[in-house]
Amino acid sequence: MSDTDFDVPKALSGTGGWLDDRFHGARGLRVLMRKVFPDHWTFMLGEIALWSFVILLLTGTFLSLFFIPSMTQVTYHGSYVKLDGIKMSEAYQSTLNITFDVRGGLLIRQIHHWAADLFMAALIIHMLRVFFTGAYRKPREINWLIGVGLFTLGLLEGLFGYSLPDDQLSGAGLRIFEGALQGIPIVGTYLAFFLFGGPFPGHDIVPRMYIIHVLLIPGILLALISAHLFIMFHQKHTQMPGKGNTEKNVNGQPFYPYFMAKGGAWFFFIFGALVLLATFATINPVWLYGPYSPVAISSASQPDFYMGILEGSLRVMPAWEINFLGHTLSLSVLIPFALPLTIVLGGAALWPFFEQWATGDRSPHNINDRPRNAPVRTATGVAAMTFYGVLWAEGANDVIADKLQVPLYTITWIARVMVFVGPALGYIITKRICLGLQRKDAQELLHGYESGIIRQLPNGEFIEVHQAVNEERRAVLEAKPVPALLPGPGAADANGIPAPSSRGLLGRARGVANRAFAETIPLETNGHGDVDHGNGHAVESGEEHAAVGAAPSGSGHGQLPAGDAAEEEPREGG
Amino acid sequence: MSWINARRRRPAAGYAALLLGLVVVALAYGALTSSGSVSQASAAVGAQQDTAAGKRLFQVNCSSCHGLEAQGTSQAPSLVGAGAAAVDFQMSTGRMPAKEVGAENERKPSSFSTREIHSIADYIASLGGGPAIPTDQQVDPALGDPGLGYQLFSANCSQCHNAGLSGGALTYGKDAPPLTEATPTQIYEAMLTGPEAMPVFADGAVSPQAKRDIIAYITQTRVEPNPGGFSLGRTGPITEGLVIFFGGMGFLILVALWITAKRRDPRPTGME
Amino acid sequence: MSDMEETEGTEGPGVPVAPHRVIGTPPPSPRLLGSTAVAEHREPATAAGEDEEEVVGVPHNVGLPPDDPKMVLHGKRAERVVAACFTLAFFAGCAFIAAYVGIGVGTVDKTLRSNLGLGSTLAATLLLLGAGALIWVRHLMPNVELTEERHELRSDEKDRQAFQEVFKEGTGYSQFVKRPLIRRTLMLGTLPLLAAPIVLLRDTGPKPGTSLRNTVWSPGRRLLVYGTNQPITPADFSAPGSMISIVPEGYEENDDQLTKAAVILIKFRPGELDIPTRTQGGTLVGTMNWTVDNIVAYSKICTHVGCPVALYEQTTHHILCPCHQSTFDAAKGAEVIFGPAPRPLPQLPLTTDSSGYLVAKSDFTQPVGPSFWERG
Repeated sequence: MSDTDFDVPKALSGTGGWLDDRFHGARGLRVLMRKVFPDHWTFMLGEIALWSFVILLLTGTFLSLFFIPSMTQVTYHGSYVKLDGIKMSEAYQSTLNITFDVRGGLLIRQIHHWAADLFMAALIIHMLRVFFTGAYRKPREINWLIGVGLFTLGLLEGLFGYSLPDDQLSGAGLRIFEGALQGIPIVGTYLAFFLFGGPFPGHDIVPRMYIIHVLLIPGILLALISAHLFIMFHQKHTQMPGKGNTEKNVNGQPFYPYFMAKGGAWFFFIFGALVLLATFATINPVWLYGPYSPVAISSASQPDFYMGILEGSLRVMPAWEINFLGHTLSLSVLIPFALPLTIVLGGAALWPFFEQWATGDRSPHNINDRPRNAPVRTATGVAAMTFYGVLWAEGANDVIADKLQVPLYTITWIARVMVFVGPALGYIITKRICLGLQRKDAQELLHGYESGIIRQLPNGEFIEVHQAVNEERRAVLEAKPVPALLPGPGAADANGIPAPSSRGLLGRARGVANRAFAETIPLETNGHGDVDHGNGHAVESGEEHAAVGAAPSGSGHGQLPAGDAAEEEPREGG
Repeated sequence: MSWINARRRRPAAGYAALLLGLVVVALAYGALTSSGSVSQASAAVGAQQDTAAGKRLFQVNCSSCHGLEAQGTSQAPSLVGAGAAAVDFQMSTGRMPAKEVGAENERKPSSFSTREIHSIADYIASLGGGPAIPTDQQVDPALGDPGLGYQLFSANCSQCHNAGLSGGALTYGKDAPPLTEATPTQIYEAMLTGPEAMPVFADGAVSPQAKRDIIAYITQTRVEPNPGGFSLGRTGPITEGLVIFFGGMGFLILVALWITAKRRDPRPTGME
Repeated sequence: MSDMEETEGTEGPGVPVAPHRVIGTPPPSPRLLGSTAVAEHREPATAAGEDEEEVVGVPHNVGLPPDDPKMVLHGKRAERVVAACFTLAFFAGCAFIAAYVGIGVGTVDKTLRSNLGLGSTLAATLLLLGAGALIWVRHLMPNVELTEERHELRSDEKDRQAFQEVFKEGTGYSQFVKRPLIRRTLMLGTLPLLAAPIVLLRDTGPKPGTSLRNTVWSPGRRLLVYGTNQPITPADFSAPGSMISIVPEGYEENDDQLTKAAVILIKFRPGELDIPTRTQGGTLVGTMNWTVDNIVAYSKICTHVGCPVALYEQTTHHILCPCHQSTFDAAKGAEVIFGPAPRPLPQLPLTTDSSGYLVAKSDFTQPVGPSFWERG
């Protein structure tokens, strides 16, 4: 092709040779250049988090050149004259300085904060995508765990990050954190005093959060992200079901130059979107909140959205405290502090192993599931989202009460009920929807799709012609795993001995779980691999269904199918 | 085939129908709902700012709930001792005459002139004293120190009215209104008289000077531009979270769809 | 959209064939978004001269050949668009530098203009670069597909065996298995090192001691209004329904102490205040005797997790904490009526001093603020 009609410039090939002499890279880089990354828009969500992290590092470095992580009290005489004469910490003063006295300071501050929010939002959506497509299954369980770890670290990193300016809003959040910490049994007060270097607020928390925020956690995050990417590289990304996609291949475009160009473009778009937000949408206007004072508080005091679940848990909980033997156990604080996040994150971490245990499926999977084909997984995911969502919304209850004119306590009562009822309803409804969609898919495979063409048969009947699905769609519909049933407690081997894994309480529980996971709507085939029409004649793709004159009144297929007339497209006249 | 029929099965048709429906409903709603109830009041002949005129106005417009001598009834409290400031605040913000008994009264346009309000205020003050309407100098923001005002505001006001002045929720359906529309006089009077659920900040605790500082802080903050872009309602992290999901992620998902969309190369030459 | 393909009807010639696809029904061609293309070749061809190390696939063009005149025209057009994007990005970038140099900061207004100028130019640069790169990939680079083989991740048996042998051999050399004394003493020797990091953290803070049990309130300490730092007499605070935030004299700016010592002062109408006399573990914690002239002082630190509990509704005499909506009845000793707070707000005993100012009679008789294990 004429596109390759050029000589590699001497500078490039010379450098390449110099490096190869020292690092033996030719073969490896060649493989890398041809490496295939499958192309689906949902695969790009994790990259949003990745590029947001890079942007956080860049903007964070800029901010660290100007921010002073000190709680020493100073009297303000700077550019924001409304607060002139007010005492504040140096941290807050340096933040005002960055905002009003450093060119680009406000922009970079806002990019940094929006990028943090985007990082967490992208992580949530990415984790949901991985969950609902079953991409966490073998061999990717470790990567899933690394991901849960990244999310948890991100929570902490964000919490410490927005608390650094020492403003009224984030200071209130720190106070809540300290109050919850000191309520931990036995060690709580010690933990609180050690972390804060004494009673709250003390003088140590901002410098300590600073070093954790700029060095410790970013270091761990970098290491984990590198591991996450390397594992994904080594194991190759999963693929969506489709024509030509098998467990043993990856289809897509080569890394060089396609994926590099698309990745680069994606980086620029993400950065551009963040700069747009930073230009036109105010985030964390600390000058409006003022410096922190333990005597003051504002209405609508919420943490950043990713901490919303904790905030909502603290609000939804009714009062509950146990006093005994000179000790106090404040369950109103401990339960919300510990339980919901443990359920969500711990459940997420354990889920791949639970699913393996319940389904007995130990084979590696490189093709993603369509969510409808895994009803229990999808329904559990929706239940978890509902649980998370109810608590998240409850965290905003005073703003909802104010803006939507709903009484305050009513919202809390609704949340108290919905935190239990919601997930249950979510599970049941989602599972039914999944099975319904599976039924629809099976029908589509069997009978084809409605083509919009109406035909009149010689006997006067009108039918809608069905077209068999095209190859691509067929591949997607047929890529449906058949769940295996483990031997139940009733099953026994030739000598009448039941399988050891099915015995006992755990075994019976496993059986229950297994049967739930195995519930599916099967695709009907006639053994030749073609979709059976229901009367033994396979239909090949592309053929129109109407075989004229083959039968009197009918369902439009031209034949009288046994028993499923009721499900056919409506007949003319009702 | 008519123009609409030819396009009925297009994917965009559903969205177009929905949009049309929304527009129709919005127009109908706007036409049918009144623009906000204004109290029915007949402007009496109160030309002079004197107690007699005030008494006449009071008896026509207020006595049905507050009693002929402002002594109070089961429907409304006594106004003896309430003071001119309370009357001026309640009537100039349109809260009084109240729409209905027991409801939380919202700010609405007042149907009384300032002169009429002041004459009613004079009348009420003549019954039992009470806090007076502040002078212009007492409420002049230019004479206040917004820094000190910030300190007082943050400890006593922002928990209800919000640090960004956007208001907040109280119990049982009440709310503290935003402070974006109140005049300096009204702010002063509200602090002084503690309308409805708001506590009283009498001059002994919050001196007139301190009140002026708070007024300076409020008036400066509410006109302050938002250097970071749109303020998003000055409500804080909740709107920020909504923006990042629907604005940020939404935009990026659209871009991702573009990046991974199937390439549509031009059709081969010779095959038309 | 061009999906009109001819198909043969099954009725035979002479019967008009319906169009293959009706608007609103699925297209017969592969779906538009997010699909991997239907590649012609699915087996990855090995490049010449390759051995068993790594199989590298060969990309195949699934679109038009690049010398097709339509592709050439398309390519020229796309090239102009991409070049325009990059050129505009250049100008936007220059505008960014100009905005930085030209727009100063130092007031709120100037900051607004600076942010707008810098941000819009930077966003334009980035988005244009991104759009240019994307159009380049999608419209200039040939439509190429590639299939790569996945290798079995599990190593084959002989590799695993070989690994095991080498591992056993090395372990044998170390005699780790053969000499349990070394093994055990090694673990013993390293144990204290594991505890060292935890031990080294001891000096990060003092032990809490009794500091959470007491505040700086003491007999005769004056109540000051926060912000103005002025003392207050009952006559100053005589309007029923009044509320104000209070700090202890001498500690007006000591945040560490204010975190426990902030107080909310409320004035009631005669007859409205009805604080029941309560004791807790033998200690008096609430009584009408601690009020002065229907003025009551409660700790402003919420007993839930420590926010200042500051909303006061005059009409319902509820104190509402804005953080998690714990609600206390100020007329009845700040008992909890809603929300997660487990205990009423502690009451500060009040009296007046010789000058008539409100002072504390003593410290709070119970620890203020959030609960903790040793609270009792």
